[in-house]
Amino acid sequence: MTFKTVPSFARTALLASTLVVSVAPVALADGEVNIYSYRQPTLIQPLLDAFTAETGIKTNVIFANEGLEERIAAEGANSPADVLLSVDIGRLDGAKQAGITQPIVSDTVKANIPATYLDPEGHWVGLTTRARVIYASKDRVQQDTITYEELADPKWKGKICTRSGQHVYTIGLVASMIAHKGVEETEKWLVGLRDNLARKPAGNDRSQVQGIKNGECDIALSNTYYMGAMMTNEKEPEQKEWAASARMIFPNAADRGTHVNIAGIVMAKHAPNKDNALKLVEFLSTPKAQQIYAEASFEYPVTPGVAPSELVQSFGTLKADTLSIQEIAKNRKAASELVDKVRFDDGPAS
Amino acid sequence: MTHPTPPASPTASASPPLARRQDGLWLALAWAAAAIVLMPLASLALLASGSSEGLWGHLASTVLPGALATTFWLMLGVGLVTTVVGVTTAWLVTMCRFPGRGLFDWALLVPLAVPTYIIAIAYVEVLQYAGPVQSAVRALFGFSSPREYWFPEIRSLGGAIFVLSAVLYPYVYLTARASFLLQSAGPLDVARTLGATPLRLFLRVALPMSRPAIAVGVSLALMECLNDIGAVTFFGVKTLTFSIYDTWLNRSNLTGAAQLACAMLVVVFALLTLERRARARQRFDQNRGKQHAPTPYRLTGWRAAGALVACSLPVLLGFVVPASLLIERSTRRLEMLADPDFLAAAANSALLAGIASLVIVALAVVLVFAVRLRKSGRLRLAARIAAIGYAVPGTVLAVGILIPLARFDNGLDALMEQLFGISTGLLLLGSGTGLIYAYVVRFIAVAHGQIEDGFGKISPNLDMAARTLGRQSGRILGEVHLPLLQPVLLSALLITFVDCMKELPATILLRPFNFDTLATTVFEAASREAFEDAALPALTIVVLGLAPVILLARTSAQTFRTRASRRTTGGQTPGPLIPGP
Repeated sequence: MTFKTVPSFARTALLASTLVVSVAPVALADGEVNIYSYRQPTLIQPLLDAFTAETGIKTNVIFANEGLEERIAAEGANSPADVLLSVDIGRLDGAKQAGITQPIVSDTVKANIPATYLDPEGHWVGLTTRARVIYASKDRVQQDTITYEELADPKWKGKICTRSGQHVYTIGLVASMIAHKGVEETEKWLVGLRDNLARKPAGNDRSQVQGIKNGECDIALSNTYYMGAMMTNEKEPEQKEWAASARMIFPNAADRGTHVNIAGIVMAKHAPNKDNALKLVEFLSTPKAQQIYAEASFEYPVTPGVAPSELVQSFGTLKADTLSIQEIAKNRKAASELVDKVRFDDGPAS
Repeated sequence: MTHPTPPASPTASASPPLARRQDGLWLALAWAAAAIVLMPLASLALLASGSSEGLWGHLASTVLPGALATTFWLMLGVGLVTTVVGVTTAWLVTMCRFPGRGLFDWALLVPLAVPTYIIAIAYVEVLQYAGPVQSAVRALFGFSSPREYWFPEIRSLGGAIFVLSAVLYPYVYLTARASFLLQSAGPLDVARTLGATPLRLFLRVALPMSRPAIAVGVSLALMECLNDIGAVTFFGVKTLTFSIYDTWLNRSNLTGAAQLACAMLVVVFALLTLERRARARQRFDQNRGKQHAPTPYRLTGWRAAGALVACSLPVLLGFVVPASLLIERSTRRLEMLADPDFLAAAANSALLAGIASLVIVALAVVLVFAVRLRKSGRLRLAARIAAIGYAVPGTVLAVGILIPLARFDNGLDALMEQLFGISTGLLLLGSGTGLIYAYVVRFIAVAHGQIEDGFGKISPNLDMAARTLGRQSGRILGEVHLPLLQPVLLSALLITFVDCMKELPATILLRPFNFDTLATTVFEAASREAFEDAALPALTIVVLGLAPVILLARTSAQTFRTRASRRTTGGQTPGPLIPGP
């Protein structure tokens, strides 16, 4: 390697970077729809394939874990994004608040999806729901019912596992507690829950269930679909054992119902392929797509009349909390501050 | 790093005006480069200028004290461990002779190719309750539940210090090693003649002489540890970076997040400046007229065994353990090797990292060279500010990069629309060029520090001699500096290549449609909590990162041999800065 002249560096770099540019597909042509997604490609691909098969419209996807709202905002009027697939009401509502969405005006969507899962102004559409439930050890836990409130009861001391309090799933649950009980009561509850933890909150939802298998904890907070994902995990069969060590209890089944959150979609304000985007949203609301989505993700469909997958049905019956999800969105900031305030993520005080 | 100010240094007035014709051009070029790299940081500062809605009050009364303490201990821990491990191993392989030295010379670099988010997952798999280590402990002592025995928790501050140090020490190793090799034997031999013991020689002579290089390596390791989010989140270690993400994502307060990030940068910059001030009056360039390499110490017996252990441990912990786990998991998913998506991702990674590392090194050379030509303090300051972008949490920096890219694209689009009635849309954002820009912004620090240090070792007398012979600045760079710097350039290329291969947050956010790199493939699998799908692409990152290490090791070994043969006829030898096998 010689470094005779700098320009030769520059020439190579320029030439090669043009090559890379040409790799980037032109995503504005007709017959396409451009999807920014917080959902993993593997998860949504079967749905998108069905959509393409039915309409002939090609789908382009960018998957990221955060920052897509900021990307759409910066791209402005030239943004190629047509829709944003997202999870958690906080994020869906956040996109609306950031002014990067436009109303989805569709009678088909309104007919297919209950109003509870639609933004009143049409800025977001809920596509599936998931419940935050208790996974309980088959060996060490006898009871068949539980409430979220009970998690603060000292009888669970040193027996509960959960992921970080600042994770969106936990924030959603805490926000729903605030909506039901107010900030003060929720703070007391959160302190009680923290002191009942078996270990410092860390890892993901599956590793909490693994904690049950290992005997580190008796109950764990986790989303419903992980049970399905673990039970069918052929590639990492040890997860089947984790799942087999626990059973699912739906909290507050006797009163207000179990906390649920949604996954959904918004249409970008400057969607270049608006018609195709609308077709996609309408397609996703149809019973057929809801079926595919529910089978692939082990989540609950939102379209009435479409049943969850058989495996999901075997977990028990979900009675969803009817609290409006906008209420949850509203309380997220307070929830996040509360988690900080009680130093939830430091683990049990004693 | 060092900025020699010899009394007889060439100045504009001292040399013939004709020979200085090109200097202005270099300065302009360097300013342009600095401005481009600085723009994302300026965007962040702009974002931070809004109101953060009482964020500071909340943070100060809740998580900030803890986050500051955690960050402090993390940086202190990683700083100490990487310095001790990096400097000790570098000294052993350069100044001592013991069995296996040739292997360790380059093997010690290898952990650099392991991304922090991978090593974190790998160690949890190995050390957790159900992992092989604890299972063995239970089988050995007959325990049956975690309450019966104590085992260190890997998901902790100590665990984070351990895994981060295990893959970040090569930054210190590489820079310290280069510096030890460049040291002329003169001062060392004088010290030896005066009866200095090996330890004293190391502590009192070699170490102080290498301080700038070591400082570069340690600051890179620390900035990387500051911007890390993957490993610390996974371990539940609440650093400042963690608070920045919470503020942005859970409280929808991007302004507040940008303010936190900027405050953090000010502290980083202040620390770096303090370190430089502390050695501002020292000069580190060396006269290497007729030098010879210092005589190595031959280690035997328990000393040799000690050196062997000291060098194998870092490689074992930083590479062998995580790589074995990756290999074991990869074998379950070998069919991926034939998957066109996987192959495309590997090609994308290699191509992007290859181009980006060339661009980064070229820009860093321009920046440092222009400062050398004109002694421009302001340009040096600009380049140094640009280099601290490395400490910004990845995704936050990516948001900062989005803004100038989008401004440029939208501005050009409006202009073209107005002039020719054609819409150019978004040209850079969401393209390969946009990604390369992001890599330049993120990793310019990695190349800049090393190259600044390398230039500092070249005596200004050489510049003067070349000027006297009527050479223009471009030819001085091409014919004098770059050949002398070749080992430094190669090492900068190598590290930036590996860093670009591992880069995740900017790649994932700024990429084109339907475009994957190995890092995004790993992340996508890891975010589905499917570690076995992540293993093969992660292993490929490590292998592709290894390839240049070995390749460069070969090349520099050859260079070394030719230089060595010249040495017998009185030529000079900078020695191989890239380890040779």
